[in-house]
Amino acid sequence: MADIERELTEEEVVAGVNADYATKYGFSDVEDYFFKAKRGLDAGVIRAMSLSKNEPEWMLDIRLKAYEHFLSRPVPTWGADLGEIDFDEIYYYIKPSEREGDNWDDIPSYIKDTFNKLGIPDAEQKYLSGVAAQYESEVVYHNIKKDLEEKGVVFLGMDEGLRQYPDMVKEYFGTIIPFNDNKFAALNTAVWSGGSFIYVPPGVHVEMPLQAYFRINAKNAGQFERTLIIVDEGAYVHYVEGCTAPIYSSDSLHSAVVEVLVRKGARCRYTTIQNWSNNVYNLVTKRAVAEENATMEWVDGNLGSKITMKYPAVYMVGEGAHGEILSIAFAGKGQHLDAGGKVVHVAPNTTSRIISKSISKGGGRASYRGLLKVEKNAENCKSNVVCDALLLDPESRSDTYPYIEIDAEDVTVGHEASVSKVGEEQLFYLMSRGIPEDMATSMIVNGFIEPLVKELPMEYAIEMNRLIQLQMEGSIG
Amino acid sequence: MTIALEIKNLHASIGEQPILKGINLLIKQGEIHALMGPNGSGKSTLAYTLAGHPAYDPTAGQVIYDGQDLLEMEPDERSRAGLFLAFQYPAAVPGVTLAKFLRQTINSRRQAENPEDSGISIPAFRRLLKEKMDMLGIDHKFAGRYLNEGFSGGEKKRVEILQMATVEPKIAIMDETDSGLDIDALRVVSEGAMRLYREMNMGMLVITHYQRILNYIQPDYIHIMLDGRIVESGGPDLALKLEEEGYDWLREKYGITETA
Repeated sequence: MADIERELTEEEVVAGVNADYATKYGFSDVEDYFFKAKRGLDAGVIRAMSLSKNEPEWMLDIRLKAYEHFLSRPVPTWGADLGEIDFDEIYYYIKPSEREGDNWDDIPSYIKDTFNKLGIPDAEQKYLSGVAAQYESEVVYHNIKKDLEEKGVVFLGMDEGLRQYPDMVKEYFGTIIPFNDNKFAALNTAVWSGGSFIYVPPGVHVEMPLQAYFRINAKNAGQFERTLIIVDEGAYVHYVEGCTAPIYSSDSLHSAVVEVLVRKGARCRYTTIQNWSNNVYNLVTKRAVAEENATMEWVDGNLGSKITMKYPAVYMVGEGAHGEILSIAFAGKGQHLDAGGKVVHVAPNTTSRIISKSISKGGGRASYRGLLKVEKNAENCKSNVVCDALLLDPESRSDTYPYIEIDAEDVTVGHEASVSKVGEEQLFYLMSRGIPEDMATSMIVNGFIEPLVKELPMEYAIEMNRLIQLQMEGSIG
Repeated sequence: MTIALEIKNLHASIGEQPILKGINLLIKQGEIHALMGPNGSGKSTLAYTLAGHPAYDPTAGQVIYDGQDLLEMEPDERSRAGLFLAFQYPAAVPGVTLAKFLRQTINSRRQAENPEDSGISIPAFRRLLKEKMDMLGIDHKFAGRYLNEGFSGGEKKRVEILQMATVEPKIAIMDETDSGLDIDALRVVSEGAMRLYREMNMGMLVITHYQRILNYIQPDYIHIMLDGRIVESGGPDLALKLEEEGYDWLREKYGITETA
């Protein structure tokens, strides 16, 4: 009977949860900030930021170079429509409080209240190895369990990481995603603030996840966190990030850069549950390099935002490396989620898998955009790409843009794509057993994403199911 | 009180194509009716129309279930009122486990009665499921499997009867439940249905091509359908006559060509 039991525990916890975005995440705090830069961006804003952070000279130089590149690069036109972003309306740097703390009692009470409402301190107690909380531009709280700290695991806000480990940051910063990679990576490099800096020493297994939570509060805010994760040889870490924002009628901009280096034989799993309010542009560059026999896994859940463009990448540069991208997008009314992934086989005998599931409803649009590349000499690689789309009504849209470039011999590649409507037969079948239509639809949708949700740790699986439920009810945004 | 399903002059179409051309039938709780007839005579259409499939359009006539106008009810309301259809080809629902599905069928009933109801408790549901699965010889592992996904024909049929046993209907329609079953599976499935018939005084409409299932589920009445109408009704011996003589004498008698 163990099977029945396992099925039910999860469901029991999910049952009865029913809130909506507006009350659960959509609240906002009165602004009472230590420092807020003027609207818009120029070299002066960047210099002021850098000065207030007391950064080394080399970082300011990179910021200014990146800013020049940002200005020279056109807004991309190949994905979602970014034509309406007004870069002059955005606040690029907002420092909510003077210092960051490792004790919730040390941070301003209204910020603490916000993270309490989002359940972060509670989660930290129950199932996390460490937590970082970012509010606007700055990490206001970070903490890691003592035993991990004693083993040499570093989990800091990126600014703090730069202060405490300047040499390591200098060595790796911008090496996986250079400032001139794309327009938004350039913007991030110019104005980055916050994000996580993680180092896991050789052989150390961080059993419970490290979590970062990103919160935008102000109207027209920009959030540009920068994350650098180095998992040393044979080590393991699971990093989870979540994010929300209040609902405003004017747009906010979130543009992060995440660089991950997975050393020989190490494994890194990076899970995102993106739940921005529907006025946020979410334009993120995420890339990992996997060395010999290393494994990198991106688990990417996209539910919120007005527009998302995000394609987590794995470059397999060492023999035997494995890359995995599991992506879920759920686009509701007024949303365009252009998500997917890139796997690049640089070394021989490397393997990869991309599984993408997208759901569109209420006129929402979800796209899968993916690249599978096998470079010359990367013989005997295997890759499998599966993307499935589910349309809940005729107004909604789903697109698939798979790019495959193979320059090596002896490569095994599979690609499958499917689009289905919520089947009339499935719906009728469930209803014919007494289940009302809305519940039946919701069960079919949850079933569709189940293969991905079960990859998540229990607590996040529950959160993901709950968010899907909210999205089904159309109450987000 | 005894519940009855009364079908009066029912006509139904799929798209523009009329299939049912005036069905009259009265099924009461505690009665077993068999509906026989060749392929294409409209047997499954009758089953789907009664269950409320959106592609089947009732164009004329009436169906009264327990004093209510059945055709005005949504499929889920029909089910909660006690009408059950065991599908010939049940749909697979990936990602939804059998346990989750069955529990939802119970909870939907409870919540329709009382919106505040928090559903059947896990221990109670576990006991119930174990008992019903054991009765039908279904491996407990199926609880964690996705509904009908990768099930063999026989497994699907057992699981249909498991659903029937879980929701305990007043009137059940079994649409060619015998097709694709070997003799052992047929016996288990039939015995399961008969147990519900005895324990709950269930009424049954057993749709079949063959006499075989009627050795296990012995009908009180046999009806023969040809070209969208019930052309003959009688006692159990009618099935034996069909088994021996086929449908040709009926076609001849009612002037219906094979490709009607």
